[in-house]
Formats: sequence, C-alpha cells, structure tokens
Amino acid sequence: MSISQHIVVVGNGMVGNHFVEEVVKLRESTDTRITVICGEPNLAYDRVHLSEFFGGKTAADLAMITQEQYDEWNVEVLTSTLATNIDTESKTVTTNTDKTISYDHLVMATGSYAFVPPIPGHEQPHCLVYRTLEDLVDIQESASQSKVGVVVGGGLLGLEAANALQNLGLQTHVVEFAPQLMGVQLDEAGGRVLRSKIEELGVQVHTGCATQIIEAGETCRYRMNFADGRYLETDMILFSAGIRPYDQLGRDAEMAVGERGGIAIDASCKTSAPDVYAIGECAALNNFCYGLVAPGYSMAKVAARHILQTDIENAEFAGADMSTKLKLLGVEVGSIGDAHGKTEGALAYIYENQPEGVYKKIVISEDKTTLLGAVLVGDTSEYDTLLQYMLNSIALEDSPEALILPMADNKPGLGADALPETAVICSCHNVTKGDIISSIDEGACSVGDVKTCTKAATGCGGCAALLKSVVDADLEGRGVEVSKDICEHFAYSRQELYDIIKVNEIRTFEGLLESHGKGELGCEICKPAVGSILASVWNDYVLEPVHIPLQDTNDTYLANMQKDGTYSVVPRIPGGEITPEKLIVIGEVAKKYNLYTKITGGQRIDLFGARIDQLPGIWEELIAAGMETGHAYGKSLRTVKSCVGKTWCRYGVQDSVGMAIFLENRYKGLRAPHKIKFAVSGCTRECAEAQSKDIGVIAVDNGWNLYVCGNGGMKPRHGDLFATDLDDETLVKYIDRVLMFYVKTADRLQRTSVWMDNLEGGLDYLKEVVIEDSLGFGETLESQMDNVVETYQCEWKTTIGNPDSMKRFRQFVNSKKTDTNIQFVDERGQIRPATEAEKLSEIDIKEVQ
Amino acid sequence: MSQQEKQWRPVCNVEDLINDSGVCVLINEDTEDEQQIALFCIGENKLFAVSNYDPFGKANVLYRGIVGSLGGRYVVASPLYKQHFDLESGQCTEDESVSIEAYDVRVNGNSVEMCW
Ligand code: SRM
Ligand SMILES: Cc1cc2nc3c(=O)[nH]c(=O)nc-3n(C[C@H](O)[C@H](O)[C@H](O)COP(=O)(O)OP(=O)(O)OC[C@H]3O[C@@H](n4cnc5c(N)ncnc54)[C@H](O)[C@@H]3O)c2cc1C
Ligand code: SF4
Ligand code: FES
Repeated sequence: MSISQHIVVVGNGMVGNHFVEEVVKLRESTDTRITVICGEPNLAYDRVHLSEFFGGKTAADLAMITQEQYDEWNVEVLTSTLATNIDTESKTVTTNTDKTISYDHLVMATGSYAFVPPIPGHEQPHCLVYRTLEDLVDIQESASQSKVGVVVGGGLLGLEAANALQNLGLQTHVVEFAPQLMGVQLDEAGGRVLRSKIEELGVQVHTGCATQIIEAGETCRYRMNFADGRYLETDMILFSAGIRPYDQLGRDAEMAVGERGGIAIDASCKTSAPDVYAIGECAALNNFCYGLVAPGYSMAKVAARHILQTDIENAEFAGADMSTKLKLLGVEVGSIGDAHGKTEGALAYIYENQPEGVYKKIVISEDKTTLLGAVLVGDTSEYDTLLQYMLNSIALEDSPEALILPMADNKPGLGADALPETAVICSCHNVTKGDIISSIDEGACSVGDVKTCTKAATGCGGCAALLKSVVDADLEGRGVEVSKDICEHFAYSRQELYDIIKVNEIRTFEGLLESHGKGELGCEICKPAVGSILASVWNDYVLEPVHIPLQDTNDTYLANMQKDGTYSVVPRIPGGEITPEKLIVIGEVAKKYNLYTKITGGQRIDLFGARIDQLPGIWEELIAAGMETGHAYGKSLRTVKSCVGKTWCRYGVQDSVGMAIFLENRYKGLRAPHKIKFAVSGCTRECAEAQSKDIGVIAVDNGWNLYVCGNGGMKPRHGDLFATDLDDETLVKYIDRVLMFYVKTADRLQRTSVWMDNLEGGLDYLKEVVIEDSLGFGETLESQMDNVVETYQCEWKTTIGNPDSMKRFRQFVNSKKTDTNIQFVDERGQIRPATEAEKLSEIDIKEVQ
Repeated sequence: MSQQEKQWRPVCNVEDLINDSGVCVLINEDTEDEQQIALFCIGENKLFAVSNYDPFGKANVLYRGIVGSLGGRYVVASPLYKQHFDLESGQCTEDESVSIEAYDVRVNGNSVEMCW
C-alpha cells in the first residue's frame, strides 16, 4: 500500500541515503514525497572507504548518489543544513536556516561523531578527527606542514587513521589508553601479535597511556604529557577515541535514549515518539549502537517497509553480527562473534606462529558442537569458513582445531554446497545464499548479473570470492555454462575462436563468419578480436587487404587516434636506451611536422598531433634513420622498461639494460589478447618497477628472478614470483612459454593479471605447465614463439613500401585539402588541440596548412 | 543548406572505395557549404554516405570507423568513443536524440555519385 505522504529524513550519510533508495524502490508513486536534511556539504558518500581519499579517490569517486539522481526521483535535499529542533506534536522539523518542515513520518539518520576526550589543549589547530571528507582535507593540509603525527586511540578506526598518516609520510605513533590494541575485537594475545607486526612497519605503539595535557613542544609543535610521566612530541594529533551517537535532537524532543546514548528504537526501528524512526549509528536497540554500515542498511530496509506499510511481515531488525575482517597497515585481522570467550563454559583452541606473526584462536561451545567466535591476526584465510560456521551454527566435526591449523589435511573447506540457504553471503547488503539462488531462478546467469540484482559484493567487497563460488556452484548444478560469447555474431569465447581458427585452418574473417558465426558482417567487437587471432596464429602483416576491415582504427592506421582525430607517433626505443643521433632525428622530425613531444610513462617519446596524411612522411623519415614502429597502437608488446643496471649503478648485479633490449627485440610485434608490458631491474631496489608489469625481471646475484602477471592501470596487481635464480636461457624459455600460453588461452582484452586471476589452479598451475611441462607442449610453445620472432616485420616499413596501403592515408579521396577542423593553439611552446570555444573565437589559432 | 537544386553529382571513382571499409570525400569544395562525407562500401556493391563528423567526439573521423551489422542494420562505429550510426538513416543507435546526415549514393559506370 502506498499513501500520499511526506517523509523527512534528517542526515544523509550512508544509511540515510540507503533509506531513500529503499523508499524510492518500494513506493508506488511520487505522492510519497521525500525531503532530506543533509548536514554536510556533500551528499552521501562512501565513508567505509573514506581512507581511499588519500589514495587519490576524489569526493566524486566516493559519492554514493548524485543531485541529478535525487532530482529524478523527486527527492528534495537541503545540503549544508542542520535540523535544530523537532516538534513531535505539531510534527515539524526546524533547521538552522530557519525553515520549518512538516512531516508525516520522520527518520533520524544522524549517525555519530568522533569523540574527543576533554584533554586540555585538544582544541588547538592540528588537533583533528577522522570522520568526514572535510576532516580528511584538513588532515592532508596539516600533514603537509608536519613531520610527526600521533593517533589517539588504538581501535579499528585509529589504526586506519595511523595507516593514513604513515602513507602521508609522517613518522607515526599510536597512543592507546587500554593495555592492548583493538580491545573490542581482539583478545590480549591477538592484540600483542598485531602490535608487533605494526611496529615492524614503523608505526610506534604506546599502550596504557593516558594523555593529561597537550602543550607547546620543543622539537615539534606539541608535547603530549602522559599520566605516568612519559611524554611524546608531535606536530599533529588525530583523535580516534571512539564515536558517539548524534542523539541530541532526539533528547531535546524528549525521545527515549539508550543507557550509553543513542535514540532508543524497537525492532521496527520506531522511536518512542509517534511516527519518528531512527536508523544507523544514531539508533540504539536494547542499549546497543551498531557502528557498522551493514546493520544500518538493515535498519533502513525495516524502517522503509514500516513507513510504507509494505511487506512488513519480515521487516524486523533483531540485532546484527559484528564480525569484521580487514587489513590494517597491511596486516590481516579478523574477529568473529564471541572473540573474548565470554559465553559460559566456552573453550578455546589457539595457534600461534611467532616467526611469521600469525595468531589464530577459535572459541567453541562447552559441548564442542558449535563455533562461537574467533580471532585471526596475520592470516585471515579461514575467515569466511569460520564465519559461516558461526552464523549458521554448522555442527563442528571432531578435532575442530583442524579449522585453523596450517597443515591439517582434513581441513574443512566448506564448499558453497555445504551452506544452508539462510547463510548470509554478503553481510553489507544482507544477501543470503537463498537470495542468490532466487536471482538465478529469475534469470541472472553470471556473477555480474547477481551483483546487479542483489547488490551482493558491492559494499566492502569482502564477500566477492564467496559469492563467486556460490554462483558458480549453483550454475554448475543447473548444468548452465556461463555465457562467454564475445558478441551477437559469435557464440564463442576468444579462446574457442582461437582453437577453431587454428584447427580448421581458417584464414579470413569471412570464412569464420560463414562457418561458425551468424549475421552478415560482424561488428567492432568480433572483427578486431578475430583480426588479432588471425595475426597471432598466422603472423600475417596486419594491413593485408583482407585484414583491413577487421582492424580497429588504431591498427589500420598504425597509430593511436587522439581526441581531435589526429594521431600519435611512437617509435620503438628498446629498453629506453637511445643514442644522441636518434634523439636528434626525433627532434628534427617533430620540429618539421610541428608535433607535440612528450616523454611517456613507458620510457620513450610520443609525438602527437600528426594528421593522417602526414603519418607516412613522418615514418619514412624515422625509418630512414633506423627507427621502427613502437606498436603503441597494437594489442602487442609495448615497452620493456629498464633501469640503468650494473653497467653504471653501484648496486646493480646484472646488465638490466642489455637484457631489456634483448627481450624487447625478441617479443616486439607479438599479437596478444591485450597489450603486454615488461620491465627489467638491475637489482632488488627495483627502479624499473618490474613487479607492476605483465613480465617482470629482477636481477639477483645468481641471475634473474621472474615475476609474472603484474598490472598497473585501473586495477593494479603485483606480479607473482614465478621462478628464481634463472640463467638467461631459462629466463627466455619461461617467458616464451608463459606468453604463448597467455596468447592462446586468454579472453579478448584480458590482461595477464586478469587472466591469471581467472586461471583455474592459478600460479601453481601455470608453474606446472611452464616449468614442469605438465601438458607436454612446452617445446611447441617455444617453437611457435620462435616463428613469431622470425617472421617479425616493422609494419610501418612494409606499409611505406606498398603504394596500395599508402592510399589509405588520405583525408579525402577526391581532394588534396586537409581537415580544417584540426586546429591547434600554443601552450608552453608547443601545440595542443584547440578547444571548441577557441575554434569559434579564431584567436591565435594555427590552422595546419 | 544551399540554394542549388538537389541532383546526382559524381564524387569519386569506384577504385577509390575500399571494400567493407570507408573513405572520405569533400563536397562543395571551397564554398561555404563545404562538407566532409564518409563513403562506405559493403560487400561488392552496397554503398552508403553519411556525414563524416562525429557529433560526440567533435572530429571528422567517421570514415575511419569499423563497419558492421547490428540486429540486421548496417552501422559504423565511431573510432573515437564507439557510438554506432545507422548507415541508412544516420540515426545513432545509442542516443535517440542524435543523428547525422545521410545521403543517397549510387554507382554510375565508373563513377560514384551522390545526391545533394
Ligand atoms: C602515452 C602514455 C601516457 C604518457 O603520456 O606517458 C599512454 C597513453 C595512453 N594509454 Fe596508457 N599510456 C602510457 C603508459 C601507461 C602506463 C605506464 C607504463 O606502461 O609503465 C600504464 C600502467 C601500466 C599498465 O598498463 O599495467 C598505462 C595504462 C593504460 C590503461 C589501463 C590498462 C589496465 O590494464 O588497466 C589503458 C586502457 C586500456 O589499455 O584499455 C591505457 C590507454 C592508453 C591510451 C591508448 C588511451 C587511448 O585509447 O587513447 C593512450 C594513448 C596514447 C597514444 O596515443 O600514444 N593506458 N598506460 C604512455 C605510453 C607508454 C608507452 O611508451 O607506450
Ligand atoms: C574511516 C572510517 C572507516 C570505516 N570503516 C568501516 C568498515 O570497514 N565497515 C563498516 O561496516 N563500517 C565502517 N565505518 C563505519 C560506517 O562508515 C558507519 O557505520 C556508517 O557510515 C554509518 O552511517 P550513518 O548514515 O548511520 O551515519 P553517518 O554516515 O555518520 O551519516 C550521518 C549524517 O548525518 C549528518 N547529521 C548529523 N546531525 C545532523 C543534523 N542535525 N541535521 C542534518 N544532518 C545531520 C551528519 O553530518 C552525517 O553526514 C567506518 C567509518 C569511518 C569514519
Ligand atoms: S592516464 Fe592514459 S588514458 Fe588516461 S588520460 Fe592519461 S594517457 Fe590518456
Ligand atoms: S560483505 Fe561487504 S560487500 Fe558483501
């Protein structure tokens, strides 16, 4: 049922926003009006991932909603506005902007604020808290003027704040009043192990410290004096000593509050005032405030259903599980249920590995049948399994210690099948295994679909692996094969197409479309994919007339198209080494054609702003001077970055430049599912950043260590250490095999990193295939690579020698004119594309003649 | 557009076309109505002519896009941001409110003619 009514929401944090989304989803018409009073200048943002702001995420990246979306939903929102008074009799809310708004239902979602202990001196500049985007801007600003930083509070948030300070380059301390870190989630031994790991990382921890006063310092801005006579000098202080619910509004309106604060609610999230609900961190159920987002989301769902009188049978908030898994300063920490073993008769099993800093404890019931809680520090790989045992009261088998012992052979893996339908898979969005199965019943047929339908794995992301295994297991159980069709023309994955082409010796796109596809022409997805397979299987020249229509424009014109339709020119500079003569040629060509020059992130030089008709002339000059294409446009080898290595560097142990040049020349031109990048570092200081490359080589005393499947870009991934102490020959052999195996088995546009993450059996399997030759085709892979190397040709050289291909590099077939829409202006002594406004104003614009 | 009457006019020769791909011609050269036209030839003899200007990327690049078929319609995908344009009508398939000019085109002997 939907009633024409006005709902006012105070607070637009994560939970307040989730409430609005729920109402919009459930309401039957826009007669259900919503007004949101948002205290912050920003609409709701992802506070859980707030720290990523320091990693470069912007307010826009963290935003959970946009003004446009609210407008579309007809939700009115007042930003930077505080509710200052609630009159529960006349049912109105007053704001600090002197507005009075009537409501039919009021929802309090005011969250909490960071508690600052009343230590004298705490109100000075550079004494900050860690809660909002604005706080983070202040912290960044303060950190830029500081060398030393202290976080007061060694709980979960305090350690996250310490991580941020350390990343901002400060010498970081954590000061904790209690005798241990993370006292809420961890037991004493767990806290001790965590402490020593954190100290190893350079953060100093001071426990049992009560700060008495903050006064002017001698070596730093401030000095903190502790009750026991110790002191600490610091330039800035971050308070993270707990949070307090924003419940003042409720108190003023005489609503009931919890013993330790928070607006008291019942299981339907109603407060003691009529038609007023409270949700999220400001609400207290049975005197308990939930400081996590998942319980807040559950409350939002419950309140929305009660207010709209929809689907209220199951709409009850009965409390929530507070288990947590996270990575603090790179240390994995997990806490489940009754971590402290407070349940009567509870028994514990404990495993500690001091050399590696791993601590694990499980707490089980007196009768040894159920798991009550757990503490994991240093390794949380068993977290998901343990959590499912606890949440679903799955019966423990004999010797429950096997659950946490590293070498136990009978370790229960708890496959997706073992979980009951009620098992909560995603706690952020409260999605059960049953919900996932129903979404598949309703047609979802991939992890992506399930994510869209249920929102599972779109919160903290911690459940992604479990979600995938549940989805895969269920699909498999139904005999469904996950669709990997590349487009409407081919019901095959790239790998299947590769095999089809190879086995049936197909040499043209038309041939393949006829025998294995549907539709008349293909499209911009299948054509380049097939083009690349044809090129890597048969190693043909890509501009053979039959291949031309298949190529993406960048491949067709052997250059990357820029925003204005001009192209870039990137000659190969193997290993980043270049002679002064060649540098001069590049400079002269750039000058002659008036090109913008820039050193790229791949250690070479990019010349931008070449018109299509200029490309052949430019390349002719470069080739005449001994240069060749850098394949900046191809799904192929880009660069092999190097550091200067043993030849010059006092630490280098091998000739990294020599190896980089050798590798670049060996693999240049190889066509692959996606681009491939290498780097070679001359010692473990790793100046060439090899661990972020598809193939990374690092020199060691006895030869080379090989890393594979690293990635920078959108989703960085460190390479996996594949083999150590290799001689030159073995190194090349392994790279040949890894790359060829990748070329043959990866999907379209799948970088090696994603390929590896999806490879069944992962790194170990790849090692078996490459090092142990478990599939017996190692030598075949090598000889295929040899064939690629032998048939290499510089495509630009071939093109320039061929008048027919050259015909393509014209703007017009019927005129010698050039494209007058391409216009440049001067910037810092070089050209750049003119903006649309500049083109209209026609001031100072250089038309290219 | 112009005061002149609509009529068939030659724009280039058959040899200038590239099968299953595009080329560009300039019409009304050196007049106020100068226009770039992308000409596509699909199979042996299906010809299409649309404006060469990509309204999304704001650049004259459409003739360098990949041609294909989507749900039975002939389309070109812009090489810049990959929007598709129906070659017959000029309609963008991703955004109903955007379309580009499409022209009639034919082969007459050795000459390719467009009507404008
Ligand atoms: C020119 C350059 C930026 C610069 O000014 O330095 C550049 C420019 C482009 N990059 Fe890049 N990338 C350049 C280094 C990098 C690097 C750094 C490196 O190689 O060490 C990375 C991260 C490392 C990595 O790839 O793992 C990088 C990650 C990307 C990505 C994200 C890839 C990913 O896996 O997430 C893309 C998008 C893609 O490929 O789909 C991309 C795409 C592009 C494109 C092709 C975008 C486009 O379609 O127009 C740009 C075209 C450049 C051109 O016209 O030549 N570029 N790009 C760099 C050329 C290096 C070279 O000499 O070849
Ligand atoms: C750094 C950090 C990391 C975290 N990590 C995790 C995590 O990993 N997992 C997890 O589950 N939780 C985490 N949390 C906690 C999580 O962010 C909160 O539980 C969640 O944001 C609570 O949402 P809320 O909407 O109840 O409150 P808030 O997000 O605090 O939103 C309340 C909003 O109401 C506004 N407001 C208050 N009073 C008024 C008023 N009178 N008028 C108008 N507006 C008002 C406030 O300004 C605020 O914008 C983290 C929190 C922080 C700070
Ligand atoms: S990061 Fe790469 S893709 Fe993005 S703008 Fe820079 S060069 Fe272009
Ligand atoms: S548990 Fe956080 S996204 Fe699923």
